[in-house]
Amino acid sequence: MSSRPSLGELGERYALIGAWAVVILVFSLAEPDTYFQTGNFETIFGSQAVLLILALGLIIPLTTGDFDLSIAGVMVLSAMTLAILTVDHGWALLPAIIVVLAIGLLIGLINGGLVVLLNIDSFIVTLGVGSIIGGITLWISDSNTVTGLPPDLSKWVVEERLLGISLVFWYGLLLTILLWYVFTYTALGRRLLFVGRGRNVSRLSGINVGRLRWGALGMSGLISALAGVAYAGSLGGADPTSGLQFLLPAFAAAFLGATAIRPGRFNPWGTFIAVYFLVSGITGLQLIGVENFVQQIFYGGALVIAVSAGQLLRRRDLKDEAAAGAG
Amino acid sequence: MSEDRIDPGSSKRPEDGSEPVAPEGAAGSARQAVAGPVLELRDLSKSFGGARALDGVDLTIAPGEVHGLLGENGSGKSTLIKILAAYHTPETGSLKFNGKDVPLPLHPGQFRDLGLSFVHQDLGLLTELTALENLRIVDLARSSSWRINWRKEGRRARDVFERYGVKIRPETVVNELSETDRARLAIVRAIDDVHNLDREGSELLVLDEPTTFLSKAGTEDLFLLVREIVAQNSSVLFVSHDLDEVFELTDRATVLRDGKVQGTVTTEKADEAELVQMIVGRRLAAYAPSPRETSELPVVGSVTGLTGRQLRGAEFNIHKGEVLGVSGLLGSGFEDIPYLLFGAKPCFGGELRVDGANYDLAKMTPQRALGAGMALLPGDRQNEGSIGSMSVGENVMLQVLGEYGPLRLRLGALAADAATRLDEFDVRPSNPRLTYHSLSGGNQQKALLVKWLQTDPQLMLLHEPTQGVDIGARGQIFERIIETAEEGMAVLCASTDYEQLAQICDRVLIVHDGAVTQELTKGELDKHRIAEQVHMGGARGGNNHVNNQTETKDG
Repeated sequence: MSSRPSLGELGERYALIGAWAVVILVFSLAEPDTYFQTGNFETIFGSQAVLLILALGLIIPLTTGDFDLSIAGVMVLSAMTLAILTVDHGWALLPAIIVVLAIGLLIGLINGGLVVLLNIDSFIVTLGVGSIIGGITLWISDSNTVTGLPPDLSKWVVEERLLGISLVFWYGLLLTILLWYVFTYTALGRRLLFVGRGRNVSRLSGINVGRLRWGALGMSGLISALAGVAYAGSLGGADPTSGLQFLLPAFAAAFLGATAIRPGRFNPWGTFIAVYFLVSGITGLQLIGVENFVQQIFYGGALVIAVSAGQLLRRRDLKDEAAAGAG
Repeated sequence: MSEDRIDPGSSKRPEDGSEPVAPEGAAGSARQAVAGPVLELRDLSKSFGGARALDGVDLTIAPGEVHGLLGENGSGKSTLIKILAAYHTPETGSLKFNGKDVPLPLHPGQFRDLGLSFVHQDLGLLTELTALENLRIVDLARSSSWRINWRKEGRRARDVFERYGVKIRPETVVNELSETDRARLAIVRAIDDVHNLDREGSELLVLDEPTTFLSKAGTEDLFLLVREIVAQNSSVLFVSHDLDEVFELTDRATVLRDGKVQGTVTTEKADEAELVQMIVGRRLAAYAPSPRETSELPVVGSVTGLTGRQLRGAEFNIHKGEVLGVSGLLGSGFEDIPYLLFGAKPCFGGELRVDGANYDLAKMTPQRALGAGMALLPGDRQNEGSIGSMSVGENVMLQVLGEYGPLRLRLGALAADAATRLDEFDVRPSNPRLTYHSLSGGNQQKALLVKWLQTDPQLMLLHEPTQGVDIGARGQIFERIIETAEEGMAVLCASTDYEQLAQICDRVLIVHDGAVTQELTKGELDKHRIAEQVHMGGARGGNNHVNNQTETKDG
């Protein structure tokens, strides 16, 4: 039996990249003057790096088998807290960022504590916590948008560019590489995956399942807060609601990403590709003048298709194995 | 094949098949004299892939009778039950129910219309619902009415419980019921399900090892209910491993071995040793007690007061380099021992001394157990031993990841070492990249043995290590276990596979009712001897019990 991946496996791994290429090709042919321009691609990469960061944070608990529905709430709360601390209270940028990240981590740890210690479904816990912090965001902001963040933030997030693309994209890329490294090259990454696949097996193998799940939810809180900082930087301010729309695209990207590169596993490169596949599609749709509601349909459709594809692949694998077992 | 055939070695006269004995104290005996049998199975045969699971089996059950069905694992008991429950299609055989011919195979659900009802070992209750909801679930699932009159249903439930002398409040959630009450509820539900149908003749209730998880007292309570049921002229087929229970409850009992009926006996007149012999298939053999060879070896682990869900203060030592078997009937608690020692199941008390360190077993965790040099190969390979969707290499190397670099896993070395180790133990194919569940059962188990043996445990805990494993791999697994034991690893193997215990163990402990009651050493370690002791409940009636048995030699 060959240890090299078969052609079919290769196809599966890179299908999403192919789909991405097709999307770009189609819109480039349709809108060569607006879509197929360096500037447009710079925007595509730069503008949606916040979504990438958020989705990357999400795949950590997804790997350990837990949902985190509070990520968008944490992101918005973080952006708002950062704005209030710096604008209303005159804090310097760096300590404000540190406080914001600490709050994100804390919320993640609260999620994890409830999930692990009380053994509650993470779906329910993070749904509730997400709603609570959404309310807190409205409360501390009086439901108002806060503007006038220190210009340094925007400078280091969107204005400074490398190869024509805003720095925030490179932050997202760095995070992708970091997570890829952790998932692939560390024992911790392996253990996270084992915990997600089989809690009993992991427990009986001596893995501290509770601690890893807890830590994973803590990390998604921290990274969501980081996404919040980037979000505030790219808007130059903070508003209490618009960022909440990122929840569904983040899930769509995470699940779509799990069908690529390392099919069947949530993986950072797959997520990276999925985010930009989705964004390329949406941008194209916007350029050909489709109405905004299509965005929602597009993300939702991508999520449903990704999950269905994953399920079909699994079913096919089981069938293959049944056939192999019979033979 | 006569249904009341008795083993040729027996001195008993076979019962007259047409006139089953009246059950002692059963109120229905008057009617029974006139009615024919409830169930008549003739010449039932069933094969699975060439292996005969049932071979010309006859079974007759009289109205108002509790009929025991005895046999070891794999004797064909469950196949027979599954044919009645319309799971399997028999190759040959005829069925008469209340005197009427019923063509086989049965259709799913048909048994209910006949008046046949089942309670399986897991009871099949929805634990979050109330007793009333559980009681009515079959009807409610079928009912097309728009409104449920819960008051009427509640009244009806109380009547039904009262009728069988069961004290359960219909509104109680099943979770809050005792184990015994749950079993009662399941039984009442089963009998009530067929009792009220407009139909002639008696009902037959099949109880498939319902006492497995019950205490002694709970079992007694359950038997009261069963007697109540037969007193109302229903019949019961009672499937069990446990001879005590069969003696206590049944009027007659049929013994299956290797898919054949070994005989049907009237329990009252039957002799325990004779029944054991019918189950196990051989007369009790004389043995010369030989000195325990492993007792000279240093003790690696000593366990005291081990208490779990079924164990009650079990105590034993395990020696360096010894393969120690533990066995018993299902529900005796023996199969919990490896899990309790490893901290894998909730332990209520007990102490383990390993290598000079004491561990409070109530606070044991798998991490501590690993730290103490233990390893556990669970019986449930799919759910507790491995992750089927991940690769063989990932499964096998999980315990030793730490050795492959703190910051960056050396993936190449990891894969290469995995391949070498798999190859060494003849796991085929030895490609660590394959998904684990694409391997055959035997190779899966070998891979898991590789996983644990490379951690060099000093105490290896096994539960049914060769379940679902082909014969070739079985031999290899045994060899490897014994080999490693000879190098000094202590092995504890919990199993009901007596042949396996005989082959690999230096010593076997029999657990009965939560305590170690018997120890079999070198000279007495054969399959039959172990099986006998398991069925006899170890040292019931004192330790010299063993000597009593040696009188009945091969005739």
